[in-house]
Amino acid sequence: MFPNEKIDPPSDDKRWRIVQATMRRNGFARHSLIETLHTVQESFGFLDEDSLRYVSRSLRVPLSAVYGVSTFYHLFSLKPAGKHTCVMCTGTACYIKGIPKLLEQIKEEHDISPGQTTADGELSLLTARCVGSCGLAPVGVFDGEVVGKLTPELLAARLQLWRNGNHA
Amino acid sequence: MHERFDEITQKELADNRAAQHVVKVCVAAGCLSSQSAEVKTALEQGVNGRSCKVKGVGCLGLCSEGPLVAIEKHLPDGSSQNIMYQNVTPEDAPAIMESLDKEPVARLLCPTDVPFFQRQQKIVLENSGEIDPERIEEYIAADGYRALITAVTEMAPFEVIEQITRSGLRGRGGGGYPTGLKWVTVAKAPGPDKFVICNADEGDPGAFMDRAVLESDPHRVLEGMAIAAYATGANEGYIYVRGEYPLAIARLKTAIRQAQRMGLLGSNIAGTTFSFNINIRLGAGAFVCGEETALIASIEGRRGQPRPRPPYPAEYGLWGKPTLINNVETFANVPTIIRKGGDWYASIGTAKSKGTKVFALAGSIVNTGLIEVPMGTSLRDIVYEIGGGLPNGGVCKAVQTGGPSGGCIPASYFDTPVDYESLKELGSIMGSGGMIVMDESASMVDVARFFMEFCMTESCGKCVPCRVGTVHMYNILSKIYQGEGTPRDVELLEKLCDMVSVTSLCGLGQSAPNPVVSTLRYFRHEYDELIAGANGSQTAVAPTTEVAS
Repeated sequence: MFPNEKIDPPSDDKRWRIVQATMRRNGFARHSLIETLHTVQESFGFLDEDSLRYVSRSLRVPLSAVYGVSTFYHLFSLKPAGKHTCVMCTGTACYIKGIPKLLEQIKEEHDISPGQTTADGELSLLTARCVGSCGLAPVGVFDGEVVGKLTPELLAARLQLWRNGNHA
Repeated sequence: MHERFDEITQKELADNRAAQHVVKVCVAAGCLSSQSAEVKTALEQGVNGRSCKVKGVGCLGLCSEGPLVAIEKHLPDGSSQNIMYQNVTPEDAPAIMESLDKEPVARLLCPTDVPFFQRQQKIVLENSGEIDPERIEEYIAADGYRALITAVTEMAPFEVIEQITRSGLRGRGGGGYPTGLKWVTVAKAPGPDKFVICNADEGDPGAFMDRAVLESDPHRVLEGMAIAAYATGANEGYIYVRGEYPLAIARLKTAIRQAQRMGLLGSNIAGTTFSFNINIRLGAGAFVCGEETALIASIEGRRGQPRPRPPYPAEYGLWGKPTLINNVETFANVPTIIRKGGDWYASIGTAKSKGTKVFALAGSIVNTGLIEVPMGTSLRDIVYEIGGGLPNGGVCKAVQTGGPSGGCIPASYFDTPVDYESLKELGSIMGSGGMIVMDESASMVDVARFFMEFCMTESCGKCVPCRVGTVHMYNILSKIYQGEGTPRDVELLEKLCDMVSVTSLCGLGQSAPNPVVSTLRYFRHEYDELIAGANGSQTAVAPTTEVAS
């Protein structure tokens, strides 16, 4: 099940070793495509064309299929994210408890919509389909830290902290 | 094997009894996001030579009041006394530690004699909030893995299936297909290679039951899967879990490693010829992957698009082999059924829906969190008794069950017992168990629009009715909600609902119109009012309060 030729990673970035380890653990099987893409995204933060080509050749999956998979699933991103990411939960409970208003607030204060990054590359805004903490709605995830019972003030303070970090 | 378990159990019990107080801190996702990890550290630092053991446990249920801390006090006469604290902060730790031998800290006390705790009956969640999810020994001490050992050493596969059939257990993912029947089909399918898949792709917004089970008691799911594998003749298993649940994934990995080390997963389990291994596959954020054929495609490394059934996965599933797919909660019920017998389980619940169901209460309700109640409990009991009603004495307008595939049940039907059939009759579904309570301020048209937006974005794009139909329905709903609708729009909407539900390929499309259909059925006046407002000059359509079904 191993590729006939040795395929070198696009660069000598050490993070490729983690990607290679994932593929090796799965015997370079085609069905490990999603696992591999997860690893690439975890290591690099997003999937660029080089990494898609590399994964495609290593696993012998057509590039079109790799591209198809990476655009089909919401968790994969083809664009680099900002320095900080803010994920707002848009599950039902959060929706009822006022997430749309908070999203509008972010739009007003930072001029970004879900899926966008501020011009200074500091802040990316994403939405998630329920992070499963509905008891704490409305919920936001700030760089991996889940914050519940969000208020407009709390949200503004959190984001301002990041934006200011830039100038400090 | 049983002897070894007895040894572990006794050691665990002795350890537990040795400490005068056992302080249990909830370390499930809800409480963790309100700093329960810091609370735990602070409590550990406060032990200071006291006869006290601090441990992390799974979900204690009342997520809205987290972090929760439960304290078990062992009295000299062998009995124990339990108290619970709510909204604990790291700064409260010294006070709690000081109070151990004295009176409890009154300002933090969480009353446990209220219906929220008293009315529940726990099977799936029995260990949740009791045991440390990261230690297999505690699960074994709570009678864990005994069902698996009994099954593989004393029962024939068909006997296991018979118990499941007798229990009347039905799929907890929402469909309600009889679990025993599914197992029989897979067991009867020919061929040496079969698979067991646990569907932990809990995509419904507003549902977090499976997450809690995986985070609080992961071994229970592994045991259920292993029993299912033995019964159906499978030797490889997959857990397909959402990428959004990092904690659940980490705990599952730990649990699998521990079970392998104890010889409870892997080759020759308990010295028999039965071998079973479990792999974890991560979802990548696609709701449609909760559909079984799409889930299989995703495990195979492809886009998660469903395919027509039949052939059903029980005959032609993962890599073309017979495959059993059950939901987390379904598997979590299995060990208890085998341990206590199918007839015992069948004695709980209603005529057609047996056992208990875990619900995630959220929205405008006082006690948000997880509850487990017998099937047949009425919605009124769930919302007003267990849920504690609405905050500030608000009036409940409707309860949304079943997520984007379900519907809204108006307050006038709250005496309906909750089971698969009754909810279906009301135009909703049991779904995986998310319950969102909505007060008078919620616009039902907006709710329908919200779910349609969800289905529209989550449609995989394979079949036309779902891909195109959901977009049209969303546009019409938006138009009506923004006050630009005409009576003809409602007509068109109804036609589209019918067409999409009848002609779509998979469950996502077939059930996508449900929120619209149910809101049209019970809250048509809201649509009419918005339309009447839009056409002020015309004769306003008389608001109909309730449409006879």
